[in-house]
Amino acid sequence: MMNTNESKQKKQRILIYIFFGLLTLLSVLPFWIVIVNSTRTAEQIQQGLSLIPGRNFFNNWQILRDGGFNIFQGYWNSFFIAFSSTALSMYFSSLTAYGLTVYDFKLKRPAYLLIMFMIMLPPQVNIIGFYRFMVDLGLLNSYIPLIVPAAASAPTVFFMKQYLQTIYHPALVDSARIDGASELKIFHSIILPLMKPAIATMSIFGFVQSWNNFLMPLMLINDRSRFTLPMLVQLLTTDTYTTQYGSLYLGISLSIIPLILIYLFLSKHIIGGVTAGGVKM
Amino acid sequence: MESTSETVPKKKKLAKIKNTNKFGYYFILPFFLVFAAFNLYPTLYTLYLAFVDISGFNLEGNFIGMQNFSYLLTNNLFLQASYNTLLLWVVNFIPQIGLALLLAYWFTNYQLKLKGQGFFKSVFYFPNIITAASVAVIFFTLFDYPRGPINLILMEVGVLEAPFDFFRSAFATRSIVAFIQFWMWYGQTSIVLTAGILSIDKSLYEAAVIDGATAWQTFRRITLPLLKPITLYVLITSLVGGLQMFDIPRLLTDGGPNNSVETLMTYIFRQAIEGGRNVSIAAAASVYLLILTIILSAVIFFFIRDKSEREA
Repeated sequence: MMNTNESKQKKQRILIYIFFGLLTLLSVLPFWIVIVNSTRTAEQIQQGLSLIPGRNFFNNWQILRDGGFNIFQGYWNSFFIAFSSTALSMYFSSLTAYGLTVYDFKLKRPAYLLIMFMIMLPPQVNIIGFYRFMVDLGLLNSYIPLIVPAAASAPTVFFMKQYLQTIYHPALVDSARIDGASELKIFHSIILPLMKPAIATMSIFGFVQSWNNFLMPLMLINDRSRFTLPMLVQLLTTDTYTTQYGSLYLGISLSIIPLILIYLFLSKHIIGGVTAGGVKM
Repeated sequence: MESTSETVPKKKKLAKIKNTNKFGYYFILPFFLVFAAFNLYPTLYTLYLAFVDISGFNLEGNFIGMQNFSYLLTNNLFLQASYNTLLLWVVNFIPQIGLALLLAYWFTNYQLKLKGQGFFKSVFYFPNIITAASVAVIFFTLFDYPRGPINLILMEVGVLEAPFDFFRSAFATRSIVAFIQFWMWYGQTSIVLTAGILSIDKSLYEAAVIDGATAWQTFRRITLPLLKPITLYVLITSLVGGLQMFDIPRLLTDGGPNNSVETLMTYIFRQAIEGGRNVSIAAAASVYLLILTIILSAVIFFFIRDKSEREA
């Protein structure tokens, strides 16, 4: 009885691993095909599929460059926006969470409820008003509308507050307060360092989210030199590259390789963050 | 907790706290200022725009009441976009939650003791982190006609005799969009559900084992009912995200063929930014999108809650 049960379980386990293997292929293969094709010629790509890289990388790269696909500009623009917005978001979310955790004031509860309410609101429903407002302010082609709003990220505040509640104790700041340190100084020198783990987790998600953002820059930016990476990717679908398959694939590869590298190093943190917060990107 | 600070004379401590509490306002002020400027005001502005008649390059409009809203209800493209958005969400979400539940069940099954869970979770989650715009272009090239990789494979193995133009078929294009959504999100959903299952009280499972329940019975009778709040969370966040689908349909076929993957967001964008610049129509469509989101979230919320109450 025990034996048949165990062999049945072994069989089941093997089937599950095979299924996991298929899902793994499903996750990896599309990206692998794209990366391999970025090293092959247009003719090779049309003739058949290959999983082994070719030798046409440099040629593809030149065609891509000549078509006006400035990947380094795109990397820098996207990095600048993602880095700035993440830094702002982390600092002000921590500050807000701290304010809501340690002080007692009349509007504390309404403020917190408002933040909870904001988490549930779909973020894109006000883009028309946002767009017109930015036009009114003369902020088209500026990065300000892509960076500054990150200072009011409700889900990040919520996560920071949850974290702060588990580590904060009044005794932490008592001695600094008796020494006469200002409240802001206490926050900077004692609280922020303590919040590092939460900041680390949330900044990965904040960064990736900003890096991947497509709709907002698409609406606000039309100066080519200020295009972000997803907007460059959009250029690939235009006529310039329709027959230059190798370059098309190379363009896509270049747009995804930074994220693949980030993921190789940080996937543990990312999965941990998803597990802990149910973070939705 | 209180006793540690009891050594400080009570009066002095009260005075100190009274003194510092106003910092609560200072510290949350930047957040709410940014919120007011970049979120609240644009929302009210959108609402205002929905009731006037701004289009083209006009800056001022006249108040026209509900006309934009009634116009949309008779506009075929808008109705089609609403239908597509819901259809694409439902078609991707049902298999997504199904597979995610199955994976979560396997990940947490104490009899199976599966190895390499961390690895598989990372791999299943992986597509989620890649730029949606890039993913759309990847699938656009993979399903290219006539000699894209998918056509090559399908002809090689004999499924197809001649190449198939996927993006000229409404059914194929919708399936591809739904598949991409499914593929990008099932990993995330399965991780959240796994975490949910692991947070269920262990003693319930121990009791079930003592009573001789099979793994499947425990899953049906203990895990699934107790997983309802998390399932509700997954459903609603997925719905809110799904109703705003934009990047994938926009970059895959820009809504085509025959508007089969035109979504509410691609419609709103098209109205506001392209062609006639019908800003007010786009604003009214955004208001509908918000209302639709609220109604559907409420329906899901009450449906799941009532059901669990009846079963209890």
